[in-house]
This record gives sequence, C-alpha cells and structure tokens, in this order.
Amino acid sequence: MKHLLSIEDLDRETIERLCDRAASFAEVADRPIKKVPALRGRTVLNLFYESSTRTRSSFELAAKRLSADVVNFAASGSSVEKGESLRDTVQTLAAHRPDAIVVRTPWAGASQLITNWTDAAIVNAGDGQHEHPTQALLDVYTLRARLGSLDGLDVWIVGDVRHSRVARSLVLALQTMGASVTVCGPPTLIPQDFSVLGCEVRYSLDEMHQADVVYALRMQRERMKQAWVPSLREYASVYQIDSRRLGPRQLLMHPGPVNRGVELAGDVVDGPRSLILDQVRAGVLVRMAVLYEVLAGAAPASAPRPTGPAATDGSDNRTELHPA
Amino acid sequence: MSLEPLVWAGGAGGSLPTDADLLIHHAHVLDPQAGIDAPWDVLVRGGEIVEIGAPGSVEAGPGVEVVDGHGLHLFPGFVDPHVHLRTPGQEHKEDLESGTRAAAAGGYCAVVAMPNTSPVVDSASLLGSLRATASRMARIPVGFTAAITRGLEGDELTEMAELRAAGAVGFTDDGKPVTSAGVLRKAIQYQRLCGGVIALHEEDPTLSAGGSMREGAVSARLGIAGIPWLSESTMVARDAAIAGHEGGRVHFQHLSCVASIDALREAKARGFRVSGEASPHHLLLTHDAVRGLDTSMKMNPPLGFEEDRQALIDGLRDGTIECIATDHAPHAPDEKAVPFEQAPMGATGLEAAFAAVYSELVRPGILSLATVIERLTAGAALMELETPTIVVGERANLALVDLEREWTVGENGYESRSDNCCFHGRRFHGRVLMTVADGGVAYRERSFAVHAA
Repeated sequence: MKHLLSIEDLDRETIERLCDRAASFAEVADRPIKKVPALRGRTVLNLFYESSTRTRSSFELAAKRLSADVVNFAASGSSVEKGESLRDTVQTLAAHRPDAIVVRTPWAGASQLITNWTDAAIVNAGDGQHEHPTQALLDVYTLRARLGSLDGLDVWIVGDVRHSRVARSLVLALQTMGASVTVCGPPTLIPQDFSVLGCEVRYSLDEMHQADVVYALRMQRERMKQAWVPSLREYASVYQIDSRRLGPRQLLMHPGPVNRGVELAGDVVDGPRSLILDQVRAGVLVRMAVLYEVLAGAAPASAPRPTGPAATDGSDNRTELHPA
Repeated sequence: MSLEPLVWAGGAGGSLPTDADLLIHHAHVLDPQAGIDAPWDVLVRGGEIVEIGAPGSVEAGPGVEVVDGHGLHLFPGFVDPHVHLRTPGQEHKEDLESGTRAAAAGGYCAVVAMPNTSPVVDSASLLGSLRATASRMARIPVGFTAAITRGLEGDELTEMAELRAAGAVGFTDDGKPVTSAGVLRKAIQYQRLCGGVIALHEEDPTLSAGGSMREGAVSARLGIAGIPWLSESTMVARDAAIAGHEGGRVHFQHLSCVASIDALREAKARGFRVSGEASPHHLLLTHDAVRGLDTSMKMNPPLGFEEDRQALIDGLRDGTIECIATDHAPHAPDEKAVPFEQAPMGATGLEAAFAAVYSELVRPGILSLATVIERLTAGAALMELETPTIVVGERANLALVDLEREWTVGENGYESRSDNCCFHGRRFHGRVLMTVADGGVAYRERSFAVHAA
C-alpha cells in the first residue's frame, strides 16, 4: 500500500491486516519506553489545513512511537495565509524529502491530488466532507477488539451525515467488514441519494432498537445558522442518544469531540456501553499500523509479520523491523 | 443604432486579409440552410463566393489557391453565441487574439463574447474600447454582449440603449443569474426600446449556493455540496413566464436538465419568443465524469444525469434547443491545479466542439450531420446576426473538415491560452483543416497543404 487515500481502495484482507498490526502495537503503549525503532530515520510530515487536536496529536504520537521524526505544519500562521497554493506548499515541503505526509484539508480529493506533486506516501487525515479513512479503521479496530468480528453486525450512524467525512468512510469500512449500516438523521442533513453507498437511510430513531451499535456524529452549532435544523434543542429532542434510547445491549461510539447534551446525553458518554475512550486509544495504534504499512510494509509478502514489534524490546531486532 | 455588431482585425482598415482567392474542388458541401448536400466545387474570389459548380467543372483562374477537397467536407463556418474571451482584465486566461484563434481552429467564423470580464462590460465607453481592441486583435468577427445589470450585481439596469448604440449584440449577466424577477422584468420591458436579445444564465442561488457539482449519487459519495437541477429549471420556468408576459425576446444559455427543456418547450408552445442552447459537454458528459475530481469537469451549470443528456439530445433533434454553444471558459493552469471544490467553474470547448459532437452523436447515428451543422450555425440568428451560408454572392464563411481524420484533443497543445478542456485526451474523428471567416483564411491546420494554381 503506497498511500491511504480512501476506504474504497481497501479490501477486507487489507483492513484485517491493518487491524492485526495495530493490535500487535498495543503492548508498546504499556512499556516504560513507548517506542519501537520500526521507522527510525524516517520523516513524517503532518500537513493540517484545518484545526485538529486529536487526529494530529494521535498521528504525531503514532509516528514517534515508531521512532520516526515528525514535523508539524499548520496552515494558520504559515505561508498559506500569505496566499500560497496547496501545490506550492506541498512542493516546498516535499523538497525536504519527507517519507510520508499526513494531510488534512477542507477539500474533497485533495490528498489524492497531492500524490501527483510528491513521491512521499500520502495518508488522508480528512479531505473535506469526502473521507477520513483512519477514523473508520480505528472504529473497525475498536469493534473488532470488543466483538471479535463485524459479520452480521447492525450499525446505526446517527446525526449530521451530510457534513461528515467520518460517515462516508465508516459506511464503506463497516460494509467491507460484513456489517450492515443504517444512517439516520434530519432529512436536511442526509444527502440526496446517500443510499448509493449501500446503506439504509432513516429519518427517525423509532427502529433503532434493532441496532447492535449506535454511532453518533458530532452536530455542529453553525448548522443552525445555515438553517439545516430549526434549533439544537429540537435536534436533541429528536435525535439525542440518551439512556432512554440506548438499549442495555447496544454499544455506543462517537468520533469526538462530543457535544454533551446535543448528540449525546452525558450519562451515556460515561456509561458502560460507551466505546468512546477505546476509540481514542485505538487511534494511535491504528495510525501506527497505517504509517508502518505505507512506509515499511508496502508488500505484505516481504514485510515483517506483525509479531515483530511485540517481539522487540525496543533496542534489539531492529533489522527485522527495518527492512531495506 | 449600429447595424455592424461584429468586429475583427479583418474589418475595414484591419490588418488581416479578407480577399481570399480559393478554389475548393470535389469537397462534399453540406449547408442545410442552402439545401446543399453533395460534392461541388466552390470558388472564392476576393473573399466572396463567386461560383458553385459540378465537381471538376470550375476553373481556378490565375492567382487562386487550389484545395483538393476529395474525401473532405465543406460546411458553412460555425457561429458560437456563447464564449468567454476574458478581455478586459483576465488576459492571463485568454485574450481576443488567442480566443478567436481557438475559435477559428474549431471551424468557427464568428463568436459572441460574454461581458463577465474584469471590469464588467456595462458601459458604452468600455464596450467601445473593447471593440477597438478587437479590431486590432480578433482573428475572426466577434460580437460583444453587455451586462444586463451594472457590475452583474443584479440591482440596477445598465444603460442598455447607449450600449446597444455602441454595438452590443445583446445583454446577459452570464456567470450569474438575474436573481430578482422585478429587475429582469424591467430589462425585458426596456428591450422594447433598445432591442437586443436577453440571454440568461439560470440558477437560483438559494438552491445552488456552495455547490460544486450536480447534486446526486456522485456528489453524495464524494461529499461535495451539490447543485440540484431545479436550481436551473425553476428559473427557466419563471423567466419564460416573464418573457411571455412582456412579449420579450429571451435566450436560455447552457441548458442542463430535463425540466428546463420541458419548460422551454412549453413556453414555445405558448408562442413565447424564447430559445435555448446546449453545450457539447452537457451533450456528451454526465456527473459520472466528476468521479475522478478532474477540475476540467467543473462547470456551471454542472454536468447532469444521463436522462438530462438524453433530453438535451432530443431537444436538439426536435429543435426545442436551437443551437450548440460551447460556453468556452478558459482558466489558467494554476487556477485549475487546485482541489476540485476550490477550482473556478468552466471548461474550454471551441477547438474540440465539432469533433466531439460529430464523433459521439453523429457517427453513432444519434443525430444527423445536417442537424449538427445547422445547430452549430444557428446561434447567429438567435443573436440577430446573419447566418453563414454557402451561396453565390455571399462572403465566404467556410469550415473545411476531414471527417475521417482521427486526432487526440490537446495532442499538440491548444490555440487557446488555457488548457482546461473537458475533452482533453479524448480521441475523436473530424479535424478542421481550414476556416474562412468573412472572406479571409482564418485558420489552416499545420499539416494541411494548399497549392497555388
């Protein structure tokens, strides 16, 4: 795998391989020195055109735990504000020869476009409202860790589907892994023809009791000003997931950051059925697996098996983790 | 009022020759207006068609270039009622010379330029200087339209009578709709005084705002904000009603959906003075072409569904849509080398329009060649200009085409200053070998040889 641009490019086998590798990295976080030398000497550039705390820091942690050098480039306060084009910015940064560029932009397809301008591996950390593949992968990882398999799983994605890159990646990833997906939200916030992605579309939570997993999306305040919904109060009364609507056997997920009292009631966020912190923990592991895959494990046949990092104590076995 | 709306460097006192002496023999001459569809010899002397005779019968005479037309087709030159020449103000995209050179390379003998330049063509003085520039630079005759509203703001009418006297072919806020029904109604009323067709870009911004492509299955998958088709059709229906109420003459630009064509058809059935155009890209491409996020596929109105494309073809066939217009919209490479949502709307089209339509609609038998030729010249009459025709005594306006010649769009670059052609890289049949505009040879394909007698 040269780049990670879209979930569409990944088959089930690849997603499973990434999850397996992420699992093999889990043990690293429990060590006193949380590092393996797998990507020592490699440079990972974080290129973020949108503010992001958790995704950026989780990529940064992932790269550092693999011993890569990390450079963060945020668009605000940079040449971008002086009017530099995406192409010029990328080519300027690419002149420093990063091995991978993790890129978030507000524009669909931008990470794909960037592959034309640099030899570095490109990891899409969110491109407009198109895709956010590492989020979908960490969600699959989280469910797999909890349930073993996603086959036959019924997942409801609830909220602002229209503006959600998470939803688009997640629908595809869950289906690839054998789950069936229903999206549910205000009719104004579900795009026309969204069912082409293969999911069901509903506008009410009435049938949500059939779901095994409820995945709430973030509801942004500015959507009201654009008249997508009449008020957050009404949104919450119709779509908020609370302990009354969430059944005792249903799991709850959310990509964060949570608007407590809007899409989720506080009690379910902290409740026993919530996987939200598991998702956060999975974020670093899955991003380690992705960076490892695009930088070290391009060809599955020649790549070291995921047992590698677990077998190392962080000082030996470097050659095994550092293929030429 | 001026009755000489077209201007170019071949006009009175211009630098380009307009007195071609040319014999094209044995070419298949197809001119639906003149009712010709057979091999003929056509002799041009001093830029005028002086003789049309049986193949091999016409003598060239001294000093006449002889073109062997065996296996070639000779059409009346095409007329495009809708192009963007980007002058004044955006000459890095196109100028009057490069844009008209591109038109000539596509077989066009006249084009009509849109006023959404920088500054907007909304005053007689600006129009005057633009026409003066065209009289030095334009390689084929150009007509200029003026804005309906000052600065394309949609609020105040331009000085339409003065603009008309200064040579405006018609009026349009193309690129933007006239959002206010009241303002448009006043413009159509004022047309009774000044004349000139009112051409409309139809879009309801409250429905289209923020959109970069047609709303539908592809936009849903890509997560790109969509423009619903009813953004166009509701405005076509509204403005057809206003035109009908006022008895005005209105032309609908670049139609792109079934409902707009239905609205146009209905307005015509009621006897309203309305007309419509279709672009080669809406006739050949659908929103599926946007999947790869190629910014050359981003235009306004956006590419539609397959049923829209079929309805456009049907409309063109039955005459509901009178003409093919390219909406040639050049943008500099840097401006298009950006993420799709950031890119400006528009694609170039003049150089490949005939080949595209011929290859995709005529060769498979969907439209007749005669229909396509008629629709490529009909823009003239819609803009109240003379339709080019191959008749003795007329000025020579000709396109000589090799229908069997295959070529790849963009293989040798473009005559246009910009390369954002939505057909780039496509392989088509039908190469324009020579274009004659108002009696002068405006274009020769570089590999195409002519022989002096």
